[in-house]
Amino acid sequence: MAQPSRPLSPHLSHYKPEVTMVMSIMHRITGIGLCLGIAFLTWWLVAAAWGDDALALVNMVMSSWLGKLILIGFTWSLFHHMLGGIRHFFWDFGLGFSRPVRFGFAWATLIGGLVLTALVWALVLLV
Amino acid sequence: MSMQTPLRIVTGLGASGEGTIDFWRQRLTALANVPLTLFLVWFIIRVAGQDQAGMMAVVSNPLVAGALVLSIISMTWHMRIGVQIVIEDYVHTEGRKIACLAANNLFAAGVAGLCIVSILKLSFGS
Repeated sequence: MAQPSRPLSPHLSHYKPEVTMVMSIMHRITGIGLCLGIAFLTWWLVAAAWGDDALALVNMVMSSWLGKLILIGFTWSLFHHMLGGIRHFFWDFGLGFSRPVRFGFAWATLIGGLVLTALVWALVLLV
Repeated sequence: MSMQTPLRIVTGLGASGEGTIDFWRQRLTALANVPLTLFLVWFIIRVAGQDQAGMMAVVSNPLVAGALVLSIISMTWHMRIGVQIVIEDYVHTEGRKIACLAANNLFAAGVAGLCIVSILKLSFGS
């Protein structure tokens, strides 16, 4: 894109990162990440419908450490994006715009996503 | 040429007559995605690592197959709108933007089609 000659509004690099701003960016990043997650889900479901050979390959890849890393990332993206979305519902109803609530939402999204992911994986790996 | 008065054209409709439908559908699918996400996490844990017969035993339950199909519809729809907003925010060259929007729509439709057919095949038996 050609650089316009008009003045441009200050962008991300000009602001001190705040947790609310970082959660806004992470909502998009996890959303894009979930596109990758659903591509893996598609691979798995198609392989399952295809037959045991195709399914065994998915199971082999997904039980490797790299596969587990992908699944943990998928789990975390799902929960983080879900909690971030619930936060948006409050805003859609005109609630939770005060400074303490916005920051509380942001931290709750971050910590809640990590806690839910840890809980699910503790359940998967230990039980 | 339109026979509508200028007032009629602008009253609450916008240029396309359906300006807020994506906003509304994004929220509706988001709401549906909350329980569907929890279901999907349960389902993946339940059948992860199983062979075809093991998966078919679970997916043959119509409630499981139904919730899976609904998850795919709601999630791919939500994904299509969300990614479109990101593309419209960051891709400014007209031709490239149209190519990205087309790819986004085709990706969402492709995922939905492949997943739904696979779920139904597992559910009805191979």
